[in-house]
Amino acid sequence: MTATTGTVEGGKAPDLERVFPPPWLRRVGSMFLNVYAGFGLLFLFLPIFVIVAFSFNEPKGRFNLVWQNFTLDNWKDPFAVPELVDAFVFSLKIAAIATTIAVIFGAFVALALTRYRFRGSGAVNLLLVLPLTTPEIVLGASLGSLFILQVYPAPVPQTLGEGTIIIAHVMFCVSFVALTVKARLRGFDWSLEDAAMDLGAGPIRVFTKVTFPLMLPGILAAAMLSFALSLDDFIITLFNASPDNTTFPLYIYGSRQRALPPQINVLATIILIVSVVLLASGVLFGLVRGRRSGVKAATPMIIMPPED
Amino acid sequence: MKGGVESGAKRRRFAPYGLLSPGVIWLLLFFLVPVLTLVRASLSERPNRFLPSELTFSWDFANYSDALAKFGEQFQRSFVYAGIATALCIAIGYPLAYVIAFRGGRYKNLLLGLVVIPFFTTFLIRTIAWKTILGDEGAFVGLLRDLGLLGPTQGLLATPGAVIGGLTYNFLPFMVLPIYVSLEKIDRSLVDAAKDLYSRPSRAFWKVVLPLSLPGVFAGSLLTFIPASGDFINAEFLGSPNTRMIGNVVQNEFLVQLDYPTAAALSIMLMIVITAAVLLYAKFLGTEDLTG
Repeated sequence: MTATTGTVEGGKAPDLERVFPPPWLRRVGSMFLNVYAGFGLLFLFLPIFVIVAFSFNEPKGRFNLVWQNFTLDNWKDPFAVPELVDAFVFSLKIAAIATTIAVIFGAFVALALTRYRFRGSGAVNLLLVLPLTTPEIVLGASLGSLFILQVYPAPVPQTLGEGTIIIAHVMFCVSFVALTVKARLRGFDWSLEDAAMDLGAGPIRVFTKVTFPLMLPGILAAAMLSFALSLDDFIITLFNASPDNTTFPLYIYGSRQRALPPQINVLATIILIVSVVLLASGVLFGLVRGRRSGVKAATPMIIMPPED
Repeated sequence: MKGGVESGAKRRRFAPYGLLSPGVIWLLLFFLVPVLTLVRASLSERPNRFLPSELTFSWDFANYSDALAKFGEQFQRSFVYAGIATALCIAIGYPLAYVIAFRGGRYKNLLLGLVVIPFFTTFLIRTIAWKTILGDEGAFVGLLRDLGLLGPTQGLLATPGAVIGGLTYNFLPFMVLPIYVSLEKIDRSLVDAAKDLYSRPSRAFWKVVLPLSLPGVFAGSLLTFIPASGDFINAEFLGSPNTRMIGNVVQNEFLVQLDYPTAAALSIMLMIVITAAVLLYAKFLGTEDLTG
C-alpha cells in the first residue's frame, strides 16, 4: 500500500493542501519510511550476526569477545566445556518441568476465564497481569526473600535450590500461558460443547474430543513461549538459585569474569535455529489452518494490549 | 455460556473455581504473598548483621528514607534511562510496526517473525554481543574514530549511551508487537475514508491512524519502561560504575550485602514509582480504561 494519489474527484478545484506535497515527494517519503523500517530490522539482527559469527571464532585467550580467526573447531566440539553442558542440560530440565506445570495450570485458568462467567473474574485477570507489569528484579527479590525468610512451612522448600527455581519459573510462566491461551480462545463457539453433550458425550469425552482440540493450538504456542522464557530467564533465577544450581544464563553471568568460551555462542546458535524451526512450523501451521491468528499464536502474544 | 442448560447450572457455577484454583493459588502463594513479604521486610530491622535473615518487624520507615538518601542518584538515573529508551523504542518501533501492518502484504507473518527471532537467543548473550560490537577493538568504534566523531582514546562502552542503547535494543520487540496489533486492528475503510476527507495522507495518519494505535503505544511503553527501569544487565555489561541503575543496587544489597530491608525498600519504591508513572502516562494518552 503506497501513498494514495491526492487527486480530486467531483470537479472541485484542487486547493493548496492537495497539491502541496507533490507525488514524487510523497514517493520519496514513503520510500524513506520503508528504508527506516529496514534499518530497524537490521538493528534487531546486528547482535545475532555477531553471535553466530563468533561461534566460528578462534579466540585468543579465555574471552570470545574479539574476532581472531575462522574455525570450525567449536562446532565440531560444542560440548567441550563440561560445566557449560551441565548448565545447559539443567536449564532444559527446569524449562521442561516448569512448562509442563505452567501449561496445565495456565490453560485451566484460561478455560475458566473464557468459558464461564463468574464472580471475581476481574480480580483473577488483574492477578494474571500484575506479574507481567512488575519488574523482574522485584519478582526475584520478593520470591527470594520469601524463601530466605522461611515464611512457609516444610512442603515448600526452606533453602534455595532446584525446587525454588521451578517454583519461580512456574510463577511467571502461568501468567504468560493463561493470557496466551485466553487470547486464542476468545471468540470460540462454546455451543459445540453443548452439541456434543446433546449427542450423548459425557463431560470427559466432551473435553477430550471437543474442548481440548480447540485449545490445542493456543496451548502449543503457550508451551513454546513458556519454555523459551524459562530457558532465558536470568534475573528471577539469580535470586532463587543456590550456587550449586547453575542454569545456562547463570553460567554465562558467572563466567563473565573468568572466561567466555565460544561454545556459549554455539549453544546460543543452536537454540536460535531450533526456535526458528519451531516458529516457522507454527506460522505454517497457522497458515495451513487458514487462521490469521496463526502468527498471533506463534509470536509472544502476551504482549497484546488487553482487548475488552 | 449464556444459554446454559438447567441441569448443568450447578456444575457450571463451581466449575470455573475448580479450574482456576491451581493457577490462582500458585500466583497468590508465590507472587502476592512474596510481595507482601517484601513490604514487611522493607519495614523491618536487621538487629544482627551476621544473621542477615533474622529480621524484626518494626514499622521502620527509616529504611526508605535511608535508602533514598543513599541511592537517590541511581534511582533517578534508572527512570531517566528507561524513559529515554522507551522513547527511542517508539521512534524505532512505531515506523517498523506501521510498515509491517500497512505495507507487509503477504509477508506480514514473515516480517513479524523476523522481529521476534532475535529474541530467541539468550538475553545475556545478546548483551555480550553488543559489548563486542561497541568494543574498542570493534569495527564500529574504528569507523567513528576514523571519521573523527570519536577521539583516538574515546570509546562507546562504559557510557550512558551504551546502556541506553542496550536497553532500547533489548526491549524493542515489546514495543513493536503491541503497536503492530493495534495498527492491524484498524479498519482500513476508515483510513480510506479519512484520506477522502482530509486532504493529505499525512493528516489521515495524524487524525485517524495514530489515535487508534495509541493503545498499542501505551501497552508497548509499559512493556518497555517497566523492565528497563528494573534492569541491571545492560548497566553491568555495557556501563560503568557511573551508570549504575537501581537494579544494580537492589541486586548488590540483596545478594552481596545481604541487606534485605534496604533491598526491599528500594524494590517497593520502584514498584510505587512505576505504578504512579503508568497512571500518569495513561492519563496523558487518555487510555485509562486500558490498564485493566
